[in-house]
Amino acid sequence: MTRFSGFRVLKEALTGHNGWAPLWRNPAPKPAYDFVIIGGGGHGLATAYTLAKTFGQANVAVLEKGWIGGGNVGRNTTIIRSNYLLPGNQPFYELSMKLWENLEQDTNFNSMVSQRGIINLIHSDAQRDAYRRRGNAMMLSGAGARLLDVDQLRQMVPFLNYDNARFPIRGALMQSRAGTARHDGVAWGYARGADSRGVDIIQNCEVTGFRVEGGKVQGVETTRGFIGAGKVGVAVAGHSSQVMAKAGLRLPIESHALQAFVSEGLKPTIPGVITFGAGHFYVSQSDKGGLVFGGDIDGYNSYAQRGNLPVVEDVAEGGMALMPMIGRARLLRSWGGIVDMSMDGSPIIDRTPIDGLYFNGGWNYGGFKATPAAGHVFAHLLATDTPHETATAFRFDRFNRGYVIDEKGVGATPNLH
Amino acid sequence: MLIPHPLLGLRDAQEFTVLGDASLLARPDPTRSDAEAAFCDYVFLRDNPKGVHRELWFHEQGDRSWLVVTRDTVTHEILSAELASDVKKRMEGTE
Ligand SMILES: Cc1cc2nc3c(=O)[nH]c(=O)nc-3n(C[C@H](O)[C@H](O)[C@H](O)COP(=O)(O)OP(=O)(O)OC[C@H]3O[C@@H](n4cnc5c(N)ncnc54)[C@H](O)[C@@H]3O)c2cc1C
Repeated sequence: MTRFSGFRVLKEALTGHNGWAPLWRNPAPKPAYDFVIIGGGGHGLATAYTLAKTFGQANVAVLEKGWIGGGNVGRNTTIIRSNYLLPGNQPFYELSMKLWENLEQDTNFNSMVSQRGIINLIHSDAQRDAYRRRGNAMMLSGAGARLLDVDQLRQMVPFLNYDNARFPIRGALMQSRAGTARHDGVAWGYARGADSRGVDIIQNCEVTGFRVEGGKVQGVETTRGFIGAGKVGVAVAGHSSQVMAKAGLRLPIESHALQAFVSEGLKPTIPGVITFGAGHFYVSQSDKGGLVFGGDIDGYNSYAQRGNLPVVEDVAEGGMALMPMIGRARLLRSWGGIVDMSMDGSPIIDRTPIDGLYFNGGWNYGGFKATPAAGHVFAHLLATDTPHETATAFRFDRFNRGYVIDEKGVGATPNLH
Repeated sequence: MLIPHPLLGLRDAQEFTVLGDASLLARPDPTRSDAEAAFCDYVFLRDNPKGVHRELWFHEQGDRSWLVVTRDTVTHEILSAELASDVKKRMEGTE
């Protein structure tokens, strides 16, 4: 792999840009691999990358039914943060934040990680108490947190509607280390890094079934034939239930559509990420200038990868309530992705009852920020057969043992988390 | 999206809230010996099909009846809607 550097860019500029090569190969599948990862999204690619780089495994394939980056990794609103409350979650997301901070050095790829900060707005005394508690939990995990009063907030984001009659803004919880990253760049960086270490990234290869003998997985049936595997890791996000059903497993997961929106490019206006939970709206500004925003999931099961109009209206209302100036921006695009909503709002990274078959899913609307850590801990589980220390709570059996990780405190429901 | 309410005709889906999979109508018998495992499956596990799905919708801003709506999760086409109370009676054989 030729390394990217400023010097290289200069050299290529002076020599007609003839020296750039494709970032990964397009190999035909081998008959068998030690590790087969299903799903070429952020999590699958990061897992293959970590297996190769950290665990020294080169006989690894990533099987992707479409093209890499065509799923949620290329559809999300790119927010990265580690501002969780519960002990089962926060250490994992903080590990992810630390990996984000070094991602570009690690992969030698510009993923445009930008720690521009996240602001969660506070509208009442009760909410301030809850956020103070969350901030304390974040500080205990080393993530850092700041409680902002209205005057501090006004200096940072003067354009908000502070006197909204229903949700007046009283302050905010801020994580300065949070921010955004270029989502495709993350997928491409991991793909390039994995490929250069010998991982075969096989696109247009849909897994259609598992071959299991004597309780142990032997490989996968695909649209490109049978591929043998020592171990199989599933990371297919919105299609988790579909793929795992082929192994006879039912999951505590439903698939729902989540939409996102981007405006025309504007001059820099929004310094970081702003979330208006009470109004079901959040927004940031991309480096190209587009306002990137979204809100709630559509609310009913969907595999359609497109959203419904009522949620478009709801998000637009949230935006207008928070920052009326957004009404002057024209909407450029909107799209949807199918997210794997779990029954307690937290993910699963675990073994399955089938020997050699492992599962990573249930990421709800928040799995992009998890990408580096998910790759790290899933590779750890695949390579060592033991859960990583930050992911011991993400077990299948937490549901029947009564140890759900319910960040929002809403009970067993997939369409509220 | 319009829902063909059996009593009120076509109604805008916006008038409804969705609870989810209609398998929730089949609450396990709490006296059976494996009730704990059965309830765990009932509360947490879902088929989550890609295609035809039966689900519970509540006509919150209407006549406040519960419906079982049969809908395609890929095309979002609504195939049918019936009163959940009728479905429940049929399940219990009391009709
Ligand atoms: C609109 C939207 C906004 C979001 N915003 C954020 C955010 O701001 N911050 C955040 O942290 N998270 C966010 N998320 C969530 C995040 O994008 C996902 O949780 C995360 O990307 C899921 O992991 P992944 O990247 O591996 O998924 P994907 O990219 O979806 O990868 C899964 C892959 O598996 C493939 N696949 C499926 N079935 C098969 C099969 N049978 N055989 C082979 N391959 C298969 C799919 O084609 C797909 O490429 C958002 C999601 C959406 C939709």
